[in-house]
This record gives sequence, structure tokens and C-alpha cells, in this order.
Amino acid sequence: MSTLAIPRAGFAQRHFNYLLVGPAILLLLLIGIFPLVYLLIVSFQGITMTDNSSDFIGADNYRALFADARLWQALLHTAIFTAISLPIELALGLAMALLFLDRMPGRAIFVALLLLPVVVSPIVSGATWSLMFDHRFGPINQIIGWLHGAELTLLWTISPHLVYPAIIVAEIWQWTPFMFLLLLAALGNVDRSQLEAAQIDGAGWWRTFHRIVLPAIRPVMTIAILIRGLDLFRLFDIVWALTKGGPGTMTETISIFTYVKGFQQFETSYTAAVALLVIVLLSALLMLALRRVELAR
Amino acid sequence: MTTLRQRRSLALALRLAAAVGLTALFLFPIYWLFMISFKTPEEIYAFPPKWFPGRIQFDNYAVLFKDGDAVTVWNSLVVAFCSTVVAMFLGTICGYSLARFSTGGRRLSDWIVSQRMIPPIAVVFPIFLLYVYLHLVDTYAGLIVLYAAFNLPYVIWMMRGYILDIPAALEESALVDGCSRWQVIWRVVLPMCRAGLFATAIFAFVFAWNDFIFALVLTRTEVATYTVQITHYFGGQSNFWAKISAMSVLGTAPIFVAMAFVQRYFVRGVSLGAVKG
Repeated sequence: MSTLAIPRAGFAQRHFNYLLVGPAILLLLLIGIFPLVYLLIVSFQGITMTDNSSDFIGADNYRALFADARLWQALLHTAIFTAISLPIELALGLAMALLFLDRMPGRAIFVALLLLPVVVSPIVSGATWSLMFDHRFGPINQIIGWLHGAELTLLWTISPHLVYPAIIVAEIWQWTPFMFLLLLAALGNVDRSQLEAAQIDGAGWWRTFHRIVLPAIRPVMTIAILIRGLDLFRLFDIVWALTKGGPGTMTETISIFTYVKGFQQFETSYTAAVALLVIVLLSALLMLALRRVELAR
Repeated sequence: MTTLRQRRSLALALRLAAAVGLTALFLFPIYWLFMISFKTPEEIYAFPPKWFPGRIQFDNYAVLFKDGDAVTVWNSLVVAFCSTVVAMFLGTICGYSLARFSTGGRRLSDWIVSQRMIPPIAVVFPIFLLYVYLHLVDTYAGLIVLYAAFNLPYVIWMMRGYILDIPAALEESALVDGCSRWQVIWRVVLPMCRAGLFATAIFAFVFAWNDFIFALVLTRTEVATYTVQITHYFGGQSNFWAKISAMSVLGTAPIFVAMAFVQRYFVRGVSLGAVKG
């Protein structure tokens, strides 16, 4: 990039690269730095719905975090949703990608149609599934009733036994196509000559898949898991549309918990501590993950 | 004995059947959502459920426009469009700087991409408190600034990638020919990556358009977006199904159309440029 190097000219010329970056960084401070600083200050105060004084009360809010069973349960719920949805999305997405990998009539149309769930707003997909799961007028109970041979009234969004399956089904429906499309692209890029060489050497399907295909698509798989894992950590919309965290607090994720504390119970300072905890946890996860993956460098 | 050819066509038939079945399975909820919006109340609350509407009728949409609820779709359009314009402008020049001058080194680009991952709820809480102070709650400006900021890391990262894909040689010769550095960006770089520019803008638009949590916290009545409006119809015993579905279709159909134009860039767009597709 020799000629593109900044020449020794006027100030604006010499600092042209910083001039281009500056406005963007300034706007990014609003979400990147301001929240951290502000949360840190507020979390050491004692602001609640009834008490508006901004006196500093030390680390009380942080001590309260550890005693708050509902908070840790919310983290646990988030972990459960992730631990169940993510492997299913990955396995199903991979199976679909293998199915669609080779030529078949109408392939492009199938792929274009399967992309649709991914681009629907998560709140809309939650709403869609609440229509699907309706205990009386929804098609799911109707179909299960047929298969079962008798009318069934399963309360998908209310019954403690069924809320997790309901939310996870909606989640899997929306995001399996995401995994599918990424893995399909990755499979399409696997070196053909290696596959042919393996075939000539008499390697079976499983051996070829395990030894050649899987290592080749591993980088894409890692990135797909990383992106989806971080999304699931922030899970809010689908759960909000289906159960609002209920029954009770049974499906409350960490994002819903933070919302309820901050915007329904107005525990301002405590919420600040919670939000900071969320950021710290996510940053730690992200750092661990980024060590294993290079994002398109 | 079956011949190889017969076995091949049998395998293809099985794969096709599986493909049709899977696609139908994944499309059925969308079909159900769209179809309900064309049903009459009697058809919606029929038992057993009706799998097809008797005839297509638009009363459910007419109600949304008559009651003024449809204005929330307009609000979504305004904030998503304006925030996309801001994010695209700032993000593209920043991405150019990162791509061509490695401004700030690896540390800056890592910081930028990590901003993409921050949990919205943790950010929107302090932003809300700030906006209360600045009187920006329930205003277009407030939402536009936040969506622009939130989409910025995405735009910077994607545009950096698209600009890295084009050779720098042309820019060098344009500089030698006497173009200013701004002219190089506008006349040489942007036309060469216009497909990526367009795809990135569509994705940024869709992210803002589909957002729920920021709008839930930062709007009341004036600039409520369509996603927030949908949740207003949820309620206890009687969900207003007709309104939920009609409003959802108003919010979803435009994205389906937009996606048709950028399908080729989909994989790259949703994988933060990591998978070129």
C-alpha cells in the first residue's frame, strides 16, 4: 500500500485516516463506554423506586447479587435454553446442509424459502408460535390430537411441563436455518479433489466425513456456534412473546430478569449492578471464545 | 438386480421428498401467520381450526389503518431508514480507514467488533436513564441515534471486509491522477463495492426494523414501532389474533421482499463476514 500511505502534507491530509474513524468512534462511545461508566456509578448508589437520593452506599448492591436466587435462576434458565437449543440447531442444520449439498431440482428455491424464518423479527416469530401453540384454536394441539386419536388440550405457554419445549421449538424453528445456510456454504467450499482422493482410497462415507469434511468446516461451525451462543445469552423476544418469563419466573432469562428489575420494579441501582454483571459475564465468554476463533481476518 | 442408474434416481427421489417435507415444515408457521390475517373472526376462532381461509378478505388490515395502529409500521420505517443512513455513512468511511490504513491497529478493530456482541438489555438501561434526562424518550431522534450506534460495528466490520476485497491499485492511480482522498472514496471505492454496500445497508435496516427491546424501553405512544405494537395485542384471555397476524404481516412482508434482493449476500451478511458463501 505504498502510494496510499499518508503523505507529509497538511494536518487534515496527515490525519485523514483518523478523520474517517473519528465520528464513528464518537457515536460508538454512546453504547461502548457511556453505559459502563454510568452503570458503575449508579450501582454504588441506592436509587430505588421510592428512594431517589444519589448517596453512595458502597458495594451493597453487589453483595445483594450473590444472595438473589432469582438472578441465578435466570442465569440457569438462560444456560438451559442454550444447552438444549444450540446442539439441536447445529445437528439439524448440519443434517439439512448435507441433504441439500448435492444438485437437485429446485434446490435454489428450497434454500431461498428456508432462509425466511431467520429474517422474521424474533418478536413476530414468538407471536407466530403463540398462535401455533394456542391450546384450543392452534394447529399443534389439533395435529397431536389426530395422532393421538383423541382431543387434547395441552397448555403450551402455561403448563410448567410444556413451556420449555414450546420456547425451544420456536427458537429451533427460527435459527436452525441460520446454521443450515452457514454450514451449506461451508460444505460447498470443501475441496473436491480431497473427497475424490478419499473415494479412490476406498474410504467409507463416515470416514470421509469425519476425517476430511468435518475438519474443513470446523472454522465455520465454530463461528456459527459463537454467534448463536452469544444470541442465546441475550435471549429475550421469543420468551417474552410466548410466556413473559412465566409461569411465575420459570422461563425468566437473564435479559428478562434485568428488564423486570429495571423497568417494572424500578430497582434502579440494583439493576445497574445486574446489567454490569451481564456485561462482565458476556465479555468473559466472548474473550474465551475469540481466543479460539478468528473473525474473518 | 437394480442398476446404478435406478439406485441413483431412487436416492434423488428420497432426497427430494425429504427436502419438500422439511421446507413445508419450516414454512408452515409463516403460512399460518399470514393466513390468519385474511380470515374472518369466525374462521379464526373456529374449532377445529380451519386450514384455509374461506375467501381472502382484508378487513383485519382495514381495522389497523382505521384505528391508526398502522402508523407504527411507518415509525419503524422512519427509524430504521434514518438510522441505516447514518450508520452506513459513518461506518463506511470508518471501515475504509480500517481497511486501507489499519487505523488503530488490531486493538481498535477488535474493540469495534466486540461492540456488536454487547447485550442490548444492559446497554438500553443506562441509555434510558440518559434519555429521560435529555428528554429523548419516545422521540424519533432518540431511537435513530441508538439504532445507528448499535448497527455501526456491524457496518464498519462488513464494509471493511468488502473494501479489503477490492484491489488498492485503482485508488493509487486515482490519487496519482490528482483525485483528492474524498474523491477517491466516492468515485472509486464506493462504486466498486456497491453490491456489498447495498447488502450491508439492507441488513442494517432489517436489524433496526426487527428490533424489539430498544423500542420497548425507549418508546411510549408517539414513536412506538410495529414490534412493540404487536405485543400490545397480547393480553390475558383474548389475544387479538386478527390484529397480531395482520400487524406481523405488515412488518414481515417488506423484509421478505428486501431479502430477495440480497439473498446472495445472506451467508456473508449474517456471519459477520466470516463465511463468504
